[in-house]
Amino acid sequence: MRTFYKNLCLIGILFLIVMLVSACSGKEAGNAAKDTNDVNIRINNDPDFLDPHMAEASITFQMLLNIYDGLLVGDTDGSLKPALAEDYLVSDDGLTYTFTIRDGVTFHNGDPLTVEDIQYSFDRLMGTETGEPLSSDFENVASLDTPDDKTFVITLKEPNSAFLSYLTALNSAILPKSNDGKHNEHPIGTGAFTFNSYSPENNLVLEKNESYWKEGLPYLDKVTFTFQPDDQTALLSLQAGEMDIVAVGSHRVPEVEDQFNLEYQDSNSVLLVGYNQEREPFQDIRVRQAISYAVNKDDVIEAAFSGYATKLGSNMSPAMGDVYMEGLEDVYKRDVEKAKALLAEAGYEDGFSTTISISSHAALYTNVAQVVVENLKEVGIDAEIEVVEWGVWLDRVYQGRDYEMTIIDFTGVLSPYETINRYVTDADNNFFNFHNPEYDQLMSEVLVESNLDRQKEIYHRLQEILSEEAAAVYLADYQIIWALNPKLEGYKLYPYFYHDLSEVKYTE
Amino acid sequence: MAYFFRRILLLLVTVFLVSLITFAVFQIIPGDPIRIMLGPEADEARVETLEKQLGLDQALPIQYVNWMSGVFTGDLGDSIRFSRPVSELIADRLPVTLSLAFLSIAIVIMVAIPLGIYIAKRPNTLRDFVFSSVTQVGMAIPSFWLGMILMLGLGMSFQFFSISGYVPWSESITGAIGSLLLPAITIAIPQIAISFRYIRNTILEQLQLDYVRTIRSKGITERAVIYRHVLRNAMIPILTVFGLIFAEVVAGTIIVEQVFGLPGFGSLLITSISYRDFPLIQGIVMYITIVVVIINFVIDMLYAVLDPRIRLGE
Repeated sequence: MRTFYKNLCLIGILFLIVMLVSACSGKEAGNAAKDTNDVNIRINNDPDFLDPHMAEASITFQMLLNIYDGLLVGDTDGSLKPALAEDYLVSDDGLTYTFTIRDGVTFHNGDPLTVEDIQYSFDRLMGTETGEPLSSDFENVASLDTPDDKTFVITLKEPNSAFLSYLTALNSAILPKSNDGKHNEHPIGTGAFTFNSYSPENNLVLEKNESYWKEGLPYLDKVTFTFQPDDQTALLSLQAGEMDIVAVGSHRVPEVEDQFNLEYQDSNSVLLVGYNQEREPFQDIRVRQAISYAVNKDDVIEAAFSGYATKLGSNMSPAMGDVYMEGLEDVYKRDVEKAKALLAEAGYEDGFSTTISISSHAALYTNVAQVVVENLKEVGIDAEIEVVEWGVWLDRVYQGRDYEMTIIDFTGVLSPYETINRYVTDADNNFFNFHNPEYDQLMSEVLVESNLDRQKEIYHRLQEILSEEAAAVYLADYQIIWALNPKLEGYKLYPYFYHDLSEVKYTE
Repeated sequence: MAYFFRRILLLLVTVFLVSLITFAVFQIIPGDPIRIMLGPEADEARVETLEKQLGLDQALPIQYVNWMSGVFTGDLGDSIRFSRPVSELIADRLPVTLSLAFLSIAIVIMVAIPLGIYIAKRPNTLRDFVFSSVTQVGMAIPSFWLGMILMLGLGMSFQFFSISGYVPWSESITGAIGSLLLPAITIAIPQIAISFRYIRNTILEQLQLDYVRTIRSKGITERAVIYRHVLRNAMIPILTVFGLIFAEVVAGTIIVEQVFGLPGFGSLLITSISYRDFPLIQGIVMYITIVVVIINFVIDMLYAVLDPRIRLGE
């Protein structure tokens, strides 16, 4: 018996020694890895598709925009800049778009970029040959032409002021025709980084594109996007030096602000409390306004984002630049008496009971819902929180419109038209069942309006209508807080989800 | 031989029934795989085209029949979520979950059996009381919490432990152990608690039996009593418990893999369910069924090895 335990102890000690030795060697390996030019970025979830024409999730494009380019690119201020198109011209009638293709661009497989590839990419999106379109953005296209090998012409059926915004890699990445049928398996683009490998639920590895068309870029040799669903673990691995870029929750800022560089990105999102306006009592504008007066946006921002958010008053974030209508955020400043009076006027002196159906996939919704429930209680509305799974939420609440109240956030897109299109009466995604004839009228007007000032005016009025009608309770555009390895520089923030790594490098 | 054929037939019938039940349950839960992947901003034209291309526009029973006929030709189909063959995804995950499961089982065996014997020889002493109380706590600890504590306590202070991701064995053996050891301990602790108590009680029971008194009277050493006779006799019920523990460990990997971000089976299963990835769910469920049936089979075989009086097939 004694020897048995002696042996056991010996084995234990040996094991410890092995562990300690390997721990030391592990440390060296860790430091060595930092000397190379690699970056490891945490991403919450896998991409939906690697084929940019199939993908839709913003989380996917956050990564894929490093592989692909479009004719145009959205800049840090949201404006559209030339990318694969060196230059473009829009005809006076707003129907003909002529693009001059940039010289000397090659795909990652070495093939030069040609107008055929561009034609192929748009044909593929429109389903010209297959009859199976991958996007509805180009239904308005009458024809695509390639008059010479430097020029690409798109002709529209009707003028569309939002059309240019569809021409970035987000909506229409340019793919090589030679890679047809393999875009999802082995992505090839013209971007700063080339695809190396994708391991589901593990990582996506990109490597430097040695012949990138922007001279001298990128600086990094390798970029690894690690899929890590758990926020807590992600934070720990940042602190352990395993990750270089991680989004941290606002309440964790004090823990990381000393050690890491923090970047605060206006996410261009709209977090809102929606209600089904087909149902009693939300058909009544007085009830909707009462709810708007009841909800305390400041409380929500404090509770859910520790203050790192911008208060909103309509379905648009200040990140959208001058189409954003200022001064709407306090139209429904918290006023319990007014809310009660409005409810009484609508015939609900004693309030009513309702259910807030939210998705379980992010803690955000639960946090916000708890504040909203407390706020509503004060004006006599008894709301119950119902947490459902994301798939169920999409199926029942969003598609089926079978709900009373909900809380959701919509991530930003570059086009203001796309941002607020969901309030048009017959829009597929108008799950609010919002209906306003003036709104529908103005939305169809703004699409054909070519004068930028007039466009801006209409967009302002549209935001005003949403506020007047209390189409939803607009809460906040929350910031995404990125903690970066302090040795990194050149990380830029965009008004959409994009980890632009082309100019990121290590400082000496 | 007839015994083996019967076992294999039983396996096939079990797998078929399980796939039918999975399919039935799948029909009840709402949700659309493409919409869950693309999110609320999904382009309608894109949703329609992708569903057509992936065959999701057909009715579920037809999808099931198509899937079934694929299985007969050895093709488990493609995952919707990851656009990869299901068999490839399962094969990729297999090393992670199996390593984790076997490492956990090894830890359980290495700790629980010696500890069980040690305490069984000293029943109702202070040590017995302390260990029994500690294991009571061990059983009650939720694994996700334990995982977090281990990460904070050990993962943060020793570079040896990787707290996120998995290092393949082929890349670095110490790296693989470093990434698997903490999760394996997390899974093992509650199982150690359960099996320790069981082993202690079983051995105590054996020690009170007549044959122990007889062999002791023959004058052999106490060590021979325990290891040559008692442990061997106690092994039959202990083996049954380990069969159950193996199933528990496989279940435990599902949660613990999420906590440690390990790309194993558990996370794949959770993903496949939340994304309504029908071919992937079927593939994983089939696989788990097969493993459980095989483990039961192996345990039956071991009974016969340990106790020649037990004959298979009777």
